[in-house]
Amino acid sequence: MNSDELLLDVSGVTLQYKTTSHVVTATYRVSFQMLKSDRFVLLGPSGCGKSTLQKAVGGYIPPTEGEMRLKGRLITKPGPDRMMVFQEFDQLLPWKTVRQNVAFALEAAKRMPKREAADRAAHYVEMVGLSKFADSYPHMLSGGMKQRVAIARGMAMEPDILLMDEPFAALDALTRRKMQDELLGLWDKTRFTVMFVTHSIAEAIKIGNRILLLSPHPGTVRAELNSATSPEDIMHLEREIHEMLFAETPAEAAHA
Amino acid sequence: MPKQMSVVAGTEMMSTSRPEIRNPPSLEEIRVVEKPRSLFDKLYGEDFVRKGLILIALAIIWEVYGRWLNNELLFPTFSATMVAFVKAVASGVLPARAWSSIKVLLMGYAAGIMLASLLTGLAIASRIGRDFLETMTSMFNPLPAIALLPLALIWFGLGNGSLIFVLVHSVTWAIALNTHAGFLSVSKTLKMVGRNYGLSGPSFVLKILIPAAFPSILTGLKIGWAFAWRTLIAAELVFGVSSGSGGLGWYIFENKNMLDIPSVFAGLLTVILIGLIVENVIFRMIEQRTIHRWGVQS
Repeated sequence: MNSDELLLDVSGVTLQYKTTSHVVTATYRVSFQMLKSDRFVLLGPSGCGKSTLQKAVGGYIPPTEGEMRLKGRLITKPGPDRMMVFQEFDQLLPWKTVRQNVAFALEAAKRMPKREAADRAAHYVEMVGLSKFADSYPHMLSGGMKQRVAIARGMAMEPDILLMDEPFAALDALTRRKMQDELLGLWDKTRFTVMFVTHSIAEAIKIGNRILLLSPHPGTVRAELNSATSPEDIMHLEREIHEMLFAETPAEAAHA
Repeated sequence: MPKQMSVVAGTEMMSTSRPEIRNPPSLEEIRVVEKPRSLFDKLYGEDFVRKGLILIALAIIWEVYGRWLNNELLFPTFSATMVAFVKAVASGVLPARAWSSIKVLLMGYAAGIMLASLLTGLAIASRIGRDFLETMTSMFNPLPAIALLPLALIWFGLGNGSLIFVLVHSVTWAIALNTHAGFLSVSKTLKMVGRNYGLSGPSFVLKILIPAAFPSILTGLKIGWAFAWRTLIAAELVFGVSSGSGGLGWYIFENKNMLDIPSVFAGLLTVILIGLIVENVIFRMIEQRTIHRWGVQS
């Protein structure tokens, strides 16, 4: 499935952020490698630093220790080679239509000529099934449609990695399932590389081909697993992950 | 025993009396159900019709009160004011005065906007710039522009220079304050999106911050406009401008001296009319093309 080409190399990354009174360690010496066309999932309970880790890969947070290399280049600042898809619905520019939102990213970041950007935008807007709404403004769309636009925008840039931070967490359960299927469908078509953050075990197994399991306070790598496809394997894997996540806190396991 | 029986019978009846419904997926296209609105409903739905009604009602109250008072020196009627207004417009005096006021106003307003952009630009770029802006606005925003007029007269003399100086003072702080507040309240996600595109510096401000903060900026522009207009008329009332070419404030002052009170009212009416037009035509048009369309008005 993978071409085994090393894309992202994260080695010994410690991330810290300052509050007014403390320095908090979000992740401690995390290492992993992503290959081309990976659907790499960061999974863990809240507080395990998975979102922070992804923001660091996005270039928003410099690591205090360790380094991250994308195609051998050190990551120092945000850039269009790592497009983010956020959880929030307000990530679309409200003053641009669906089509313009996708095209503007291309014009602003890649300095693509207007015509070419418009063509490519139309293509990707169609790909996520929003051609009818291409000239609508974001405030007229439902949450699922906004996330589709954000995904179209991310994919249109054809980045090295698409970074998705719980993109479906704010959606209702039915829409979420539909979006997961659509994302896999899109992946089948273009084989993009995606790093996906989630706290849902089922979503991780469904979306990912490789799962990085993080344990909290501070975030450290608990396991790095291959995902499963057959129903028995999925059940097995789900139980294994569940046990790993709750092994340290038997009280919580009893509740769950 | 009979009681129990009846309960069982009841539940049975419940389940049989509520059949399940399964519709096949509908194949025919569902048409939009519409009901045409009545003419009154349509007209009343228009902003300008409702506001026009209010204006007409106010004019009637004015007329009735003026006639009842019957004292042209204290409170001329609406019709007398309109006669004076039409006469002054026809003779070309009022339009000339209004134009000379608006000319000065636009110069001051434009200069104020430029100064405000410069200050907020610095405030976004650096922490010291932000402290500077905050300190300056807290010092000068509460200071009435008119209070600077005596100083301005000494510095710039009896002319447009002084007027523009006080106008810039009255406009700048309101706009800078609102724009800065707007920039600060731009959502973190949008800022991250902008940086994700690789935007930074002036292009980041121009393409992300300004449109995202546009509701606040527009509020600032409106407040700045109102401040400027007030300050200008007040300043003109105090000293007019070099003889003969004064603005609306001077027109009002002159006619008061000649006890031509309907003309004073006509001057005031012009000030009000220009205010109404700017607010309801120009700013409304900008709003409809921007924040209404984007669904971001607060």
